[in-house]
Amino acid sequence: MMEIGLSHFLVVSTIVFLAGMFCVLTRRNAIGILMGVELILNSANLNYLAFARYSSVGYDGQMFAIFVIMLAAAEAAIGLAIVLGIYQTFHTIDVEATDTLRL
Amino acid sequence: MELGPIESLSYFVPELILAISVIGLILADLVVRRKEQLGVAALVVVVLALIAVVWGLPGQGDAYLFNRMIVHDQYAVFFKVVFALATFATIWMSLDSREVEKVSRGEYYALLIASALGMFFMATATNLLMAYLALEFVSLTSYVLTGTLRHNRRSGEASLKYLIYGGVASGTMIYGMSWIYGITGTMDYAGINAALAAGQGTPLILFIAVLLTLAGFGYKIAAVPFHMWAPDVYTGAPIPVTAFLSVASKASGFALLLRFLYPALSTVGAGGQWQALGDGGWQQVVLLLSMVSMTIGNLAALQQDNIKRLLAYSSVAHAGYMLMGLAVLSDEGLRSILFYLVVYYLMNIGAFAIVMLVANSTGREDFDGFRGLAWRGGAIPAVAMAIFLFSLAGIPPFAGFIGKFYLFAAVIRADFYLLALVGGLNSVVSLYYYARIVRTMFLDQPAGGEGGVELDWSTGGLLAVLTLGTVVFGVYWAPVIALADRSARFFLG
Repeated sequence: MMEIGLSHFLVVSTIVFLAGMFCVLTRRNAIGILMGVELILNSANLNYLAFARYSSVGYDGQMFAIFVIMLAAAEAAIGLAIVLGIYQTFHTIDVEATDTLRL
Repeated sequence: MELGPIESLSYFVPELILAISVIGLILADLVVRRKEQLGVAALVVVVLALIAVVWGLPGQGDAYLFNRMIVHDQYAVFFKVVFALATFATIWMSLDSREVEKVSRGEYYALLIASALGMFFMATATNLLMAYLALEFVSLTSYVLTGTLRHNRRSGEASLKYLIYGGVASGTMIYGMSWIYGITGTMDYAGINAALAAGQGTPLILFIAVLLTLAGFGYKIAAVPFHMWAPDVYTGAPIPVTAFLSVASKASGFALLLRFLYPALSTVGAGGQWQALGDGGWQQVVLLLSMVSMTIGNLAALQQDNIKRLLAYSSVAHAGYMLMGLAVLSDEGLRSILFYLVVYYLMNIGAFAIVMLVANSTGREDFDGFRGLAWRGGAIPAVAMAIFLFSLAGIPPFAGFIGKFYLFAAVIRADFYLLALVGGLNSVVSLYYYARIVRTMFLDQPAGGEGGVELDWSTGGLLAVLTLGTVVFGVYWAPVIALADRSARFFLG
């Protein structure tokens, strides 16, 4: 059996980061894009926890992860409020349909 | 000097004033009937915070506060003054703006003050966690401020785009920060500096980590390739908010970026010269971002018909000019960036104040709204606009010329001739579209039906101060450069 080490976590977090980036770039639905952003934030969280766990440098990493979770919640609240406002004026949350500012 | 939470409070009065007044404004919104009183109250609060910042100057030495989360030094004081002045001008404009009359103003002013509070933290953060929190604080309030015109399609669309780009940029940034944390084992800037100086981590991974982190900072200063949000957001947001984003938000991004790249990622080598730690690859990246930002910003601005959109691309180009001072990585470059931010504040707020004046009277923000402005009652605003635009283009004898002069001097002193050449060519290109607005205002005859433009005393007062500053600092700039010189000092412990 192979031991699970720091590098495994880093590989997973990189995959999650790339998946989030892919999701942001390809989704047309505003909620889908916000989900991609959450994936990116969580890949960073994985990194913080893995580094803090495997390098014994105190609890800074865990602290950062908690703050990121908190801010992700705040950002989601504001994001959903904005998306709701968009739905009321545009009657869709497709980001290509709401692209009217470019002349 | 390092201070714990309780001893830090005496350094923390400006922030406390702002934080308490945010809550106060939201509560007052429930009872106050005449909402413009809230705007006046917000103005008073900002002045109080400004006094508290300057008042604390003589007695308080430099120190790390709250167990090294934030720092108090001359550099931070300089930026706090800039943020307070920018917020003051924004609230002043909001009191005159027709657009802002329609919004729920208690929340609007509370959000503006909250955003200023976040910027104060951006100027003082000396820890990756604090830097991230401060940046998100400013971003979240900005998203809401941008979308503050409810049931307005453009405003809603702008805030959605701002939110999406902002979320991706800050996510990328904290992913990069996690790698910096992994390499150095600390989040404290001084600790990062010490670890990198000791040669920890492979240069390639460090380079990628810094690159990812720069995404978040680059988005805040609207540098290419993280500028995509700027044109749409500037167009859709109410004009005072646009002015706030283009000046205060950009300055706060620079405050964070400079403190991250100078004290954390560089070190003062022999002979007092700054040197990048690691393989110094990020310095080349900043150089490239600077050249690309000004080129793309200026070329895109050539084709714009909406003045706000044109000024958005012009602000992207100005981020490029200011990055020149960062790319050379010297005290002189640092000083010239601080000087340029003061000048940029005067001329850019001034330009947006006139866009607001025209939009208030005519409801238009495009070239047609400006046609023959000088001949339909707007002679004074047209002259002031011409001064701001020529200053933005960097033509003597206005302050913008002196600002560019110091930036280019720093670049040439450091032997970055290619950068100086690109910057020089860009200044010539930018003159074309600034002069195009001036020509529309003075040489084109009004077609009739545009309506007159009236100058009321309060916008006139703001314009008088900004114009005076732009002209006077173009002739007598010694006090400002002395201030920038004094402020270009980081507290390194």
